[in-house]
Amino acid sequence: MTRTVRLQEIASARTGDKGNRLNLVLVCRDPAHYPVVAAQVTAARVTQAFAARKPTRVVRYDLPKLAAFNFVLDDVLEGGVNASLGLDGHGKSLSFLVLDIPVEIAAETSCRSIRGTVS
Amino acid sequence: MAKVFIGAAAGFAGDRSDAGVPIVEVLAAQSGARFLMYETLAERTLALCQLERRQNPQRGYSPALGRMLPPVLARCLAAGIKIIGNFGAANPAAAARRVEEMARSLGVRPPRIAAIEGDDITSKLSASDLASRRVDGVDLAQAREILSANLYLGAQPIAQALDQGAEIVVTGRVADSALALGPLLHAFRWSTDDWDRLAAGTLAGHLLECGAQVTGGYFADPGYKDVPGLAEVGYPIAEVDETGEMVITKPAGTGGVVNRLTVIEQLLYEIHDPSAYLAPDVVLDLTNVDVTEIGKDRVRVSGARGRPAPETLKATVCVDGGFLGEAEISYAGPNAPARAQLAAEVVRARVRTRAPHLNVRVDAIGVRSVWGAAGATMNLRGAQTDDVRLRFAAESSNASGVEILLDEAEALYCAGPAGGAGVRRRITPRLASASCLIERRFAEPRVTILGAPR
Repeated sequence: MTRTVRLQEIASARTGDKGNRLNLVLVCRDPAHYPVVAAQVTAARVTQAFAARKPTRVVRYDLPKLAAFNFVLDDVLEGGVNASLGLDGHGKSLSFLVLDIPVEIAAETSCRSIRGTVS
Repeated sequence: MAKVFIGAAAGFAGDRSDAGVPIVEVLAAQSGARFLMYETLAERTLALCQLERRQNPQRGYSPALGRMLPPVLARCLAAGIKIIGNFGAANPAAAARRVEEMARSLGVRPPRIAAIEGDDITSKLSASDLASRRVDGVDLAQAREILSANLYLGAQPIAQALDQGAEIVVTGRVADSALALGPLLHAFRWSTDDWDRLAAGTLAGHLLECGAQVTGGYFADPGYKDVPGLAEVGYPIAEVDETGEMVITKPAGTGGVVNRLTVIEQLLYEIHDPSAYLAPDVVLDLTNVDVTEIGKDRVRVSGARGRPAPETLKATVCVDGGFLGEAEISYAGPNAPARAQLAAEVVRARVRTRAPHLNVRVDAIGVRSVWGAAGATMNLRGAQTDDVRLRFAAESSNASGVEILLDEAEALYCAGPAGGAGVRRRITPRLASASCLIERRFAEPRVTILGAPR
């Protein structure tokens, strides 16, 4: 049995920029969720979440020892902080595009184990 | 084993000026080698400083110097805490003299100050020289004038300055991580080809260089990632041992949190390939790093691996980027989305006939703004809100080019839909930048010392 939660429930994320390229760090709150996230939050799925920003390339680097992933997305910052006409040229808000992705987790996973890792 | 303590009191030019105070109290209670680092040099800051120096040869250092150092300078000198900062920007020598004056006006003894120069290659390479290298960013071959071109120097000149007894080291452009690696090279006498240790020192610098981003800043998400005392967030301290293993922590009694998530988020921040983070002194491999919570607000980080330094150095090149014009106006109450939509259509129609070349972006703040795609057509009719703030933006090579848009937005007051309120308008000069890979021979680091040895 599985149930669907938003990725925000089981993972943490932040973004950083270099020119017109964004990196997005995704960390599993509980390392036990690493395989689930690895299987579902693929480069293709993240590309889909960023469809409005038209990425030209999305690469996922896996860091199993850290239960984390590093996504690198090319050409999603409308030219970057020095060129974008938009409000968020750094892409600082964009981690939440990925944290909104629904993921299927084991139904018996308790809320406590999902949220309990941050002191 | 003796540890080296490195605190980080600023992660960008706009950071808090009082962030260093609690760190200095912690470091003052320790003995041995202790350092306080400041990273204050955005790409934009350096280019603006270069322009300022052209106007006045005594200026061109970071304005953050004047507000960040006074709260800690006297205490650091008294306690033997060395300060390393890239406050020098386009004029490290002038920044060093400014620190001298600051010490005098605070009534403390004259410190021994080192200025590190040699990162500036603006006069060494032309636009076409730069464009012939591997470039990422704006097309330099089209640039009318290079405003600034600076190499990222490594940690060795910082270590040399400290070896010569500097108490304050002021640099121009250096790799941010070098602000921590330099002190570690100095304190531990690490060999410059001990790649794993250089990698560990680079990692320490990388974790520290954004200040509070490793201690609960840029992190809190209420209900998901709660951070206690964010208003008084403590800035980080790394306790590094001779092997390069470190503990990331923060001053007791401050707000914020240091845990596995804050550290891993920052570990990978602005990294591309985690197996090959290129720094001037080493190529850092993060794939074997371990991050372990060992106590409250104490996280141990180990396992950094290094490979020989890259053949080339990165340079940031800034050129004129024209002007960004922005104007905003609000519509509130019943039917606000429809009135905002009409206002957007009015401005677009006016600009289309009067400045057809101008590319106008319209956002509806609170409805669709931050995540809106450039060029998307907005339809606010039917939006469930009674409070819409419209934002218009455009860019042009000259200020008058964007004035046309701002004038049209302001004219909505009298000639637009009902109830248009609170116009704000702003023109911002812009810089465009590119990064290039440059041969190492163009870097000529020089250490200049002011003040007597102690």
